[in-house]
Amino acid sequence: MTADTTPEASAALADNTGASGTAAFPRLLAMEWTKFRSVRSTVFSLLAFVVLTLGLAALFTWLTVNQWDKIDADQRAAYQRDAVGNILGGGFVLGQLAICVLGAMVITSEYSTGMIRASLLAVPRRTPMLAAKGLVFAAVTFVVGEVVSFGAFGIGAPILHSKVPVSLSDHGVLRALLGAGLYLMMLGLFAMAIGALVRHTAGAITAVIGFVEVLAPLAQLLPGSLGKHVHAYLPTEAGHLVAQSVQGPKDLLSPWQGYGVFSLWTAGLLIIAGWLLNRRDA
Amino acid sequence: MIEAIGLTKQYGDKKAVDGLTFTVRPGMVTGFLGPNGAGKSTTMRMILGLDAPTSGTVTVNGRPYAKAVAPMREVGALLDAKAIHGGRTAYNHLLALAQSNRLPARRVGEVLELTGLTQVAKKRSNGFSLGMGQRLGIAAALLGDPQVLMFDEPVNGLDPDGIRWIREFMRRLASEGRTVFVSSHLMSEMEHTADHLIVIGRGRMQADMSVKEFIARNSEQTVTVRTPETMKLLQLLAAKGARVSNDETGLITVRGASPQQIGDLAFENQIRVHELAPHQGSLEEAFMEMTRDQVEYRAVGPGGPGGPGGPGGPGGPGSPFGPGGYADAVPPQHPYTPGQPIGAR
Ligand SMILES: Nc1ncnc2c1ncn2[C@@H]1O[C@H](COP(=O)(O)OP(=O)(O)OP(=O)(O)O)[C@@H](O)[C@H]1O
Ligand SMILES: [Mg+2]
Repeated sequence: MTADTTPEASAALADNTGASGTAAFPRLLAMEWTKFRSVRSTVFSLLAFVVLTLGLAALFTWLTVNQWDKIDADQRAAYQRDAVGNILGGGFVLGQLAICVLGAMVITSEYSTGMIRASLLAVPRRTPMLAAKGLVFAAVTFVVGEVVSFGAFGIGAPILHSKVPVSLSDHGVLRALLGAGLYLMMLGLFAMAIGALVRHTAGAITAVIGFVEVLAPLAQLLPGSLGKHVHAYLPTEAGHLVAQSVQGPKDLLSPWQGYGVFSLWTAGLLIIAGWLLNRRDA
Repeated sequence: MIEAIGLTKQYGDKKAVDGLTFTVRPGMVTGFLGPNGAGKSTTMRMILGLDAPTSGTVTVNGRPYAKAVAPMREVGALLDAKAIHGGRTAYNHLLALAQSNRLPARRVGEVLELTGLTQVAKKRSNGFSLGMGQRLGIAAALLGDPQVLMFDEPVNGLDPDGIRWIREFMRRLASEGRTVFVSSHLMSEMEHTADHLIVIGRGRMQADMSVKEFIARNSEQTVTVRTPETMKLLQLLAAKGARVSNDETGLITVRGASPQQIGDLAFENQIRVHELAPHQGSLEEAFMEMTRDQVEYRAVGPGGPGGPGGPGGPGGPGSPFGPGGYADAVPPQHPYTPGQPIGAR
């Protein structure tokens, strides 16, 4: 090994001057994409998400069809009213956990490994870095989310056909399938924002999953109309309405209103996360 | 060029860095010295915009690092703590960094080659040894071929070969006109690498001068003398006010008198001298002497005078060296007291 700083390197780097070396936004996207794809755990998490969601959607739909005469009338009515929402719901209940974990870890792993310092040395402007990270992650979860939601429908609809025929052209179905991908995308960003705020993997994952799977659904049990309103405006509870083909009888918000509420929550958290990222020592 | 003015960092009620003003110039290696906990890493993180100063400012090439247009072209840094995701290969780690600053992907291969990591480029870095991890950090610092390089304890975990390599490397970078700022808590390590020294203790500036000047000022000259008439010469020297000691072989060590004065004194008193040799005191000793009362975390031997207080329980809040604190109880490591307070005060 020689101590040689290769003067040619200097010359070569100076070649494409002007642009060379500057940290323009598209370059940040390239960086975040490389970071995302080059870690095995993210790829595994996405794979787990796909397999889990498709598998569970198929399983739950099959169980429902199998037990059709034994399940209570309410449930049958729910399937008849919103077949697509129920097909997806079976898979997403657990599948979305993978997105929560992944979203939190996209940022907390940078803190746990110390990579955040290397990232901030390369990109000292922190807001664009967070924006690029969010954009790349949102794009990935959106694409994978759409693949999974259409995939789950493709598997689930034929299974359900004998009891409740449902097709893409039915009212609200296409919107619900698109909405499911959008919901997962926003959920990923929501988890990422929490991760950026908490900065610890275990803490962030506990917070996100605890909220999404336990706290928010529990809010349904709050008494009176206040409880109903609180529940309706909670981020994920409002957000998943967009993955249903029709507005349920008990839903206060329309699908897009619900998604708007979820988006506002996420945007708010991301803004706070960005503000803190700029303020806190790395 | 790095310029700090009144740089201060407060953690709780403790000042980790306290009003540092200094300039790190291009074309030389500037050593950043101080005992453990002196505030070196904190200062470097502030230079790099990772930590925000409580007060004061610091600029790199005339502006705060956070405002750099081409960050990696301007500064390359190796931090003390790991800054690598172990699940990523060395190549992908460097590629991501290169992409962010629009550096050609070819440059990744070059720095891997430069740091001797080509063979393990496709390996995940969590399998790397300490030294390999250090080299990967250095490779990242070199990616943008920057004008300013900062290394926080770069030889940590390197084998002797690696240590020599990085020393030569730093000297080479400086000779190319770059600014090289390197921290260490070992004086001996800097003695042969640095041209200029910035010494801090408990966050405060202790010395900011060339290595030559630092040595001249801070290391006491001693003279060893061998004579058959040991006792006689000892008495004469002591009478002149020199500080003397002798070992069992009869070799006399003199402080506070030049070889010329000693030789003349012996001649005037008709004492035969068989050996007369000046020695420059070790810089390590001088450095330790200087930072003695600034050492943040001092080990106290088992059953030592530190007693129950121990290093974990310093005297009072705010001051680890409160009345009756362990620092006072530690006996001086050198049997002499230095002539005058060391440093640029
Ligand atoms: N994030 C932090 N929060 C609280 N205190 C801190 C923090 N970082 C550093 N300190 C304290 O600030 C002081 C200076 O620490 P620093 O790491 O800068 O020292 P150093 O000179 O790099 O030491 P070493 O030679 O051991 O690397 C120490 O007392 C340390 O405990
Ligand atoms: Mg340090």
